[in-house]
Amino acid sequence: MTLQERKIEKTRYFFAFLILIVLTIVFLAVNVCVGSVNIPFLEVLQILRGSGAEAVHGDIVLQIRFPRALAAAILGGGLALSGYLLQTFFHNPIAGPFTLGISSGAKLMVSLVMVLLLGNSIHISSLAMIGAAFVGAMISMGFVLLMSRVMEQMSMLIVSGVMIGYICSAITDFVVTFADDADIVNLHNWSKGSFSGIGWDNVAIMTVVIFVASFCVFIMSKPISAYQMGEAYARNLGLNVRRFRALLVLLSSILSACVTAFAGPVSFVGIAVPHLAKNLFGTSKPILMIPACFLGGAVFCLFCDLLARVVFAPTELSISTITAVFGAPIVIWIMIRRKREQS
Amino acid sequence: MKEFYFYTEGMTVGYHGVPLIQNIEIRLKKGEIFTLIGPNGAGKTTILKSIIRQLALIGGAAYLDGSKMSEMTGKELSKKLSVVLTERVRPELMTCEDVVATGRYPYTGKFGVLSDGDYQIVKEAMELVHISELAKRDFLKTSDGQKQRVMLARAICQEPEIIVLDEPTSFLDMRYKLEFMSIIQRMSRKKNLSVIMSLHELDLAERVSDKIACVKGDKIDRFGSPEEIFTPGYVQSLYQMTVGSYDERTGNYELESEQGKPQVFVLAGNGTGTPVYRRLQRQGIPFTTGILWENDLDYPAAKALATEVVSVKTFCEIKEEELQRAKELADSCQEVICTLDLKDCEGWNEKILELSRYIAKTS
Repeated sequence: MTLQERKIEKTRYFFAFLILIVLTIVFLAVNVCVGSVNIPFLEVLQILRGSGAEAVHGDIVLQIRFPRALAAAILGGGLALSGYLLQTFFHNPIAGPFTLGISSGAKLMVSLVMVLLLGNSIHISSLAMIGAAFVGAMISMGFVLLMSRVMEQMSMLIVSGVMIGYICSAITDFVVTFADDADIVNLHNWSKGSFSGIGWDNVAIMTVVIFVASFCVFIMSKPISAYQMGEAYARNLGLNVRRFRALLVLLSSILSACVTAFAGPVSFVGIAVPHLAKNLFGTSKPILMIPACFLGGAVFCLFCDLLARVVFAPTELSISTITAVFGAPIVIWIMIRRKREQS
Repeated sequence: MKEFYFYTEGMTVGYHGVPLIQNIEIRLKKGEIFTLIGPNGAGKTTILKSIIRQLALIGGAAYLDGSKMSEMTGKELSKKLSVVLTERVRPELMTCEDVVATGRYPYTGKFGVLSDGDYQIVKEAMELVHISELAKRDFLKTSDGQKQRVMLARAICQEPEIIVLDEPTSFLDMRYKLEFMSIIQRMSRKKNLSVIMSLHELDLAERVSDKIACVKGDKIDRFGSPEEIFTPGYVQSLYQMTVGSYDERTGNYELESEQGKPQVFVLAGNGTGTPVYRRLQRQGIPFTTGILWENDLDYPAAKALATEVVSVKTFCEIKEEELQRAKELADSCQEVICTLDLKDCEGWNEKILELSRYIAKTS
């Protein structure tokens, strides 16, 4: 590659990142301004500066919309990254926390813990929720890994993942239906996937967990690039494949577990965003894809959450309803394109 | 053992603790090309995978540059040994250049960013295998032959001292086969690169290898130079061939010969008969031929395909009885074919001329 070609490439990456960052900021602002009560942007700025404005507007912005928007951005980023890791791990473009049943496993475990503890009126912290989600995610992941040993074909792996997802969802519904306590009404909303009701304490915890995990993923971008060439070549390049795989499983499970603990299962973000990011950058280099997926996931979830709140306001849609509308066509597109490439 | 760059001591390989091939002893000097041959499923790939540490050894040890390979770190090994494997790689949205550049992995920093020096080495590796024009092409959209050359460039830009290739020529056409092997040969001569590979093409193995090992059953049946390996009849026994034939001296091989009462006699020589023999084999017609000296170009094919060959020892005169036998064979056939050009036969052997005149009369 000549110097000039490298320069062109770098310019493209720069503008791609610029677009993503600008979109993130714009959507953050829009999500805070728009809703059942529209608040002008300038007023929002004033509120953030801590001056003037009506008290009600101040509460809406500071206690409801701002933490919710931040959560959508952070969790969306984590979810997209988790999907990217799973796709790398299984060398399969439609692997993701949702398709492999990992989100559903986390969901099941969280609802079991909630029902059990709330039934005995014990308060649970968000960290405990993440813990429960992580255990559930790891159980699903373990099952998927077992299946991947038996099944050569990657499409079969996805099918088995979807099945695991259904089984977990069925049990969750069962638990939720029969635990119809006043405290558990919330659980119903959560189990469908939603960013509502997230407060600052939650945001603080998810920020720590997701950012630490994402940072670890970013540090691993070099081994991930080696792993893209397949296990045998990666090993020849000096990669400790066993340790690497374990880390990848661990990180992707932490990420999707954290998302599920706070927002319930959110579909398709994990597949659609990495795919869009790759096409935006025109490369699959992990060192670019990791931040790109994170930003892309943030934009995507902010956008979807905005629609979920606004389209049928005051009725709020579950987030997965919106992500599916935009995500599912992308999955179909990926599969058609792959088929065409193979023939 | 100091003189050997790579050697094994009682190496036993297999899967899940079950030995497949035992007590492998390979000795390889720096810059030598070593080839594994043997029938399908004999375990060539298993041996290669064990050498590159994809599979754990069941017994014995392999040594590289004086150190025991099992005790080397992955990083140490990656700077000495690179591979071209048969497994398919499907990297998404990567250009051929990106794929080649993955070979620089052991030399780049924490985040794998390539320096100008790295780019230069990538460029040189691509020039060496003549794929510069593929640099910007999507790897997934290239042909199997192109992919194979990209993978070789990748292995080269890893700057190895030894390179391991598993059936590298299987997907290549004739031109690229020769080109590929020439690159390997040049690297071994100029950069003192050692090469370990498996090949199906015996003719190629014989030409390019300094050392060959034959995998048969649960052991290495033979290890040595091509001259030591390809003794008459050995290929037939190594591959347990029951139909057809292989001539170790010339690398000539033929399909199964047609048995039965000969219908055609062919007077041939100097390579003019071989196409006729093969045509008769295709048509399923048994034939006899003669009179051939044992060093004649036609002799290997004749020996493999004819029901009887009237032959004379190299450098010797044709005896009367051999001439008689040829006449008898010609008489007993419905048809005779003469592939010799008799217009320019000045100074030819008298007995050959006599036979040709005899044949001309009877036909």
